[in-house]
Amino acid sequence: MNAPLAQGAALAHDSALGHVTGRAPFADDVPEAPGMLHGALLLSPVAHGRLGALDVAAARAMPGIVAVLTAQDVPGANDISPSSREVEPLFADGELRHHGQPIALVVGGTRDAALAALAAIKPEIEALPAILSIEDALAAEAYLLPPQEIAVGDAAGAIAAAPMQASGEFRAGGQEHFYLEGQIAIAIPGEDGDIAITSSTQHPTEVQHITARVLGCDFNRITVRCRRMGGGFGGKESNASWVAAAAALAARVTRRPVKLRLSRKADMAATGKRHPFLYRWRAGFDVTGRITGLEAMLAADGGHSLDLTGGVVFRALTHALNCYDVPAVKLRALSLRTNTVSHTAFRGFGGPQGVVLMEDVLRHVAAATGQDMEAVRARNFAGGDNGSKAPYGQALEGDLIRRVYAEAMEDAGWSARRAEIAAFNAQHPFLRRGLGSFVLAFGISFGLMHLNQAGALVHVYADGSIRLNHGGTEMGQGLNIKIAQVVADAFGVPISRIRITPTSTAEVPNTAPTAASTGSDLNGWAAHLAASAIRERMATEAARLWEVPVEVIGFGEGRVFVAKPGDNRAMDFGDLAHRCWVQRISLSATGFYRTPDIHWDAKTMRGEPFFYFSYGAAVVEVVVDTLTGEHRVLRADLVQDCGRSLNPAIDRGQIEGGFVQGLGWLTTESLYWDKEGGQRTLGPSTYKIPGSRDAPPDFRLRLLANAPARADTIFRSKGVGEPPLMLATAVWNALCDATGLTALDLPATPERVLLALEKRRA
Amino acid sequence: MSITFTLNGALRELPAETPPAMTLLDWLRAAGLTGTKEGCAEGDCGACTVVIEAPDGARAPVNACLMTLGQAHGLALRSVEGLSAPDGAPHPVQAAMLAAEATQCGFCTPGIVMSLYAHARMGGDAHEALAGNLCRCTGYRPILDAVAALPVAEDTAPLCPTTDITALGPPEHRFFLPRSLDEALALRRENPGAWLLAGGTDLGLRFSEHRDNPAAIICLRDVAELRGIAAGPEGFSVGAAEPYAALLDQIADDTDFAALAGLLRRLGSRQIRALGTLGGNLGTASPIGDALPPLLALGARVMLAGADGTREVAIEDFLLGYRRNALAAGEIIARVFIPRPAPGAIFAAEKLSRRHDQDISAIGLSVLLGRDGDVITRARIAHGGCGPMAARAPEAEALLQGAPFTEAQARAAGEALARAITPMDDLRGTAEYRRLAARNLLLRLYWRAARPEAAAEIMALPTPHAPRFIAP
Repeated sequence: MNAPLAQGAALAHDSALGHVTGRAPFADDVPEAPGMLHGALLLSPVAHGRLGALDVAAARAMPGIVAVLTAQDVPGANDISPSSREVEPLFADGELRHHGQPIALVVGGTRDAALAALAAIKPEIEALPAILSIEDALAAEAYLLPPQEIAVGDAAGAIAAAPMQASGEFRAGGQEHFYLEGQIAIAIPGEDGDIAITSSTQHPTEVQHITARVLGCDFNRITVRCRRMGGGFGGKESNASWVAAAAALAARVTRRPVKLRLSRKADMAATGKRHPFLYRWRAGFDVTGRITGLEAMLAADGGHSLDLTGGVVFRALTHALNCYDVPAVKLRALSLRTNTVSHTAFRGFGGPQGVVLMEDVLRHVAAATGQDMEAVRARNFAGGDNGSKAPYGQALEGDLIRRVYAEAMEDAGWSARRAEIAAFNAQHPFLRRGLGSFVLAFGISFGLMHLNQAGALVHVYADGSIRLNHGGTEMGQGLNIKIAQVVADAFGVPISRIRITPTSTAEVPNTAPTAASTGSDLNGWAAHLAASAIRERMATEAARLWEVPVEVIGFGEGRVFVAKPGDNRAMDFGDLAHRCWVQRISLSATGFYRTPDIHWDAKTMRGEPFFYFSYGAAVVEVVVDTLTGEHRVLRADLVQDCGRSLNPAIDRGQIEGGFVQGLGWLTTESLYWDKEGGQRTLGPSTYKIPGSRDAPPDFRLRLLANAPARADTIFRSKGVGEPPLMLATAVWNALCDATGLTALDLPATPERVLLALEKRRA
Repeated sequence: MSITFTLNGALRELPAETPPAMTLLDWLRAAGLTGTKEGCAEGDCGACTVVIEAPDGARAPVNACLMTLGQAHGLALRSVEGLSAPDGAPHPVQAAMLAAEATQCGFCTPGIVMSLYAHARMGGDAHEALAGNLCRCTGYRPILDAVAALPVAEDTAPLCPTTDITALGPPEHRFFLPRSLDEALALRRENPGAWLLAGGTDLGLRFSEHRDNPAAIICLRDVAELRGIAAGPEGFSVGAAEPYAALLDQIADDTDFAALAGLLRRLGSRQIRALGTLGGNLGTASPIGDALPPLLALGARVMLAGADGTREVAIEDFLLGYRRNALAAGEIIARVFIPRPAPGAIFAAEKLSRRHDQDISAIGLSVLLGRDGDVITRARIAHGGCGPMAARAPEAEALLQGAPFTEAQARAAGEALARAITPMDDLRGTAEYRRLAARNLLLRLYWRAARPEAAAEIMALPTPHAPRFIAP
């Protein structure tokens, strides 16, 4: 019997009908519990200051106000740190550390009442000098963490000994997540101090932990649930926790249900963003463009507190050479403390900031040696005649690096278009078209080893319907349908038999965040193990019934059968489930998975921290108006390695969406802080994510064929959440190609492009 | 006194105490119609898009976050809940989105569905249809696929409630909908503190973000003298309360005004243009009001109505400074006369912003050049975002006037323009950038005139939506 497998099928998102009809409820759409209170946050008006007396009496006395909560009202620890390596306050206590930092939570009968009362709080503030830039932080030696360094060989010596040298300095900007659904949590008090939280979070377990820490209670009093997020992108990895903790604190104090939904403005002011980076590098190379030595500093603006900066900087550092080999390197990554919002996880988690380094180097080396950048790129790929290991010791797959690149170049028709573009540029008075490429090797696994674990809980009911729960969260990426496909195959039933249920700390505890492109890798295996355990029990019962060895029991097309020539015995999956129930056989199981083989030695900065690498390549064409700096992408050709894709339709969505998000980071998305450290880009009217016209109109994508993951991943698939974002780096190269610029800071806004061109003209 | 509208085909008569300044979005969600989402509360993300259905079947998407209940009075509205069939079957627009697999997180989706519901009836460019809707997940490709596959909309004849009521809301929060200019002027006199509301795309932020609830609002939507567009050989007389969408419709195929139509297509989004008005742009008198530079370049005249009758002022005399205009106490902007460019004139209306669609200008530059053969007989150059107010550039005009339009001349005029303006550094651009760009926009105009066969700008290159996907 050849049952069609769910895995690998291009099934649609399980909530698609709910999405288009508006019937899929998000946290704010659930009917409110009777007596629900609403919170509003008072945010710091200064970037740095001493917080004196905080008189909340006037606000407390406003109509409809039930409570005003500050650091003094926290029964447990006023600490929302995800790492516990330093105290990161929920409410400012004594010191104001960034513009937009939460100072107090006003709780009222309506959201408007709470918002209106904010103005009645007049905190005494003594403004202090603030560190507002990476340069200032470098000068002040304001570090969140000691520098992280990876070194191989004698980089300085190799640079000095090389026939040619080059150096560069550039910067990459931050990025606001701009999930369409802002941060929200609803806390409902239960008996004996229990609190049930609905949170828009990528990390229910951390919401549970931090809420318990803030309230000073055991984890078992806090239950966190998340059915779906309206986008996450890393912004709801650690930042959802403090929103939920604040709501839970208010619920604890008022003994009433409390909803805390941040306005877009408050959300953008108070929650972290992608880390801005400053880079300085020196390289030595020969006339062929082969790079033999590289020294680089990657300096990250971590904002006012640690949050996840250590991990972000680790990933930037481990991805600084991307898919290239340089025999002697010294890479130094700095985690700087500034008086800005605490920067956090954002899709790629430092990877995007890591992989841009070598692009700048390659471009400069190409210019210095008078070669095409593509020749220099190919000359320095890891593998082949070059070294094949990343500088921390893990092997890269040089064959896949070359394959994705070659396929992207061929799909794009690079050579022919080069000539066509040159002809266009020669005749047009001010428009310039250009081509750029990019190749990626992105390590999949959490840098923090203990996060590489997952659990699942599967129930088969007596009618054969299946309830699936796992530790991953759904933020639009299609994780649930992928995991459901895995479970449907394990039982040989149609996908319609699987009921996807909200993520809950009560059903699967002690989980990792849904992040680092690991959602389906980790939870897919956990669900598979849970389902396999039940299937094994059911098969045993069927074998007993039919008096055949358990090995010949098959599952497929919703039936259970004897897989033996000439033996047609079979029964409906539901009938076997019912029989198992009657026979008192457990139809429920947990599954637990931890990623094997990964290891890291923080002392030597060596190891194999990634289960595998995901590879991808892109070729992009842009057009630039050299009179205004305006530009756009005309065409993109992507090749992405998904291993053996679990669901090509879902993967396509991740790749295209990730690419456009990366395009935004590199072009239009420009955060602006004023001279006092106040953020002035606090909404979509001032912060511009890509619109439909900004996506490549000619958008071509190929999933790499015949490339099952070599690591033992679930059905040999690969994670695809983050890598495609980095493929947009090709846009940067294309802009430089079109304009002839060697250096161009990011984001490459029209202003940046025009000013760079003007500087060159002058 | 009750606010009355039709929602999804059913008449809604709100309780008399309902505050008319409440946003439609807040009301919908409180009424349990939570398919309409709040993404930004500033009219930029489109997650709250609902559709106004006109009696003739026309459909206009609007941002429910910026629209007050008072403005909804008398309209027929549709929210996402009103699309599916009674049995829950998806509407053809929803089916197209499903077939294209155009959802990921789904939060923006209902707003996009509503924009496409309007687009299916009204047609036009797909990107224009989506300019007012942000999606952070998909990268838009599947949504554009859905647009390409949209079925032709069925004809509908929505029922708008008939109402004679011109004063809404409880006594402490009055919302007036006068029908005539006389009524409106009388209301202004009687309610000197009342807010004047045209489309509310700027003022709406006071309600959606700042949660204001004023004692009195005079909404100009129904004032007959402030509506309609009268076309004559000399130009257009546009009602100050006429939405941009109507003006765009009027000039869409008028080659003399092609540049203005091009600019209007980038002014906000369809949602904004369905409500926003020229009167609002003039009343706000912001230095970055998109419509002001072209009005200055074209030599528009503004009709102001007051207790003592109407007066007409040239737009240069109307704009006085940073958010200051010549409107006297008690006056109302009634109409704007936009003269038609002379035959053979060059007219350009440029806008630079970080994103092409739905972005606020870093700078605007509009130019009208009258020509006699090669010689420029008359030059009107107007800029926005280059100082405290939108204004003309006499130095640059003088350099162009009376000379042939050459590259050197354009460059010299550009340099003069760059020297004359006093732009500021802010989040939309540095002063340096604004100066350079203003200078170069005059150069670009020269190239357009000199090389009409070359693509005039990056958006002029043909780029059909042509995705491809190869899975093993």
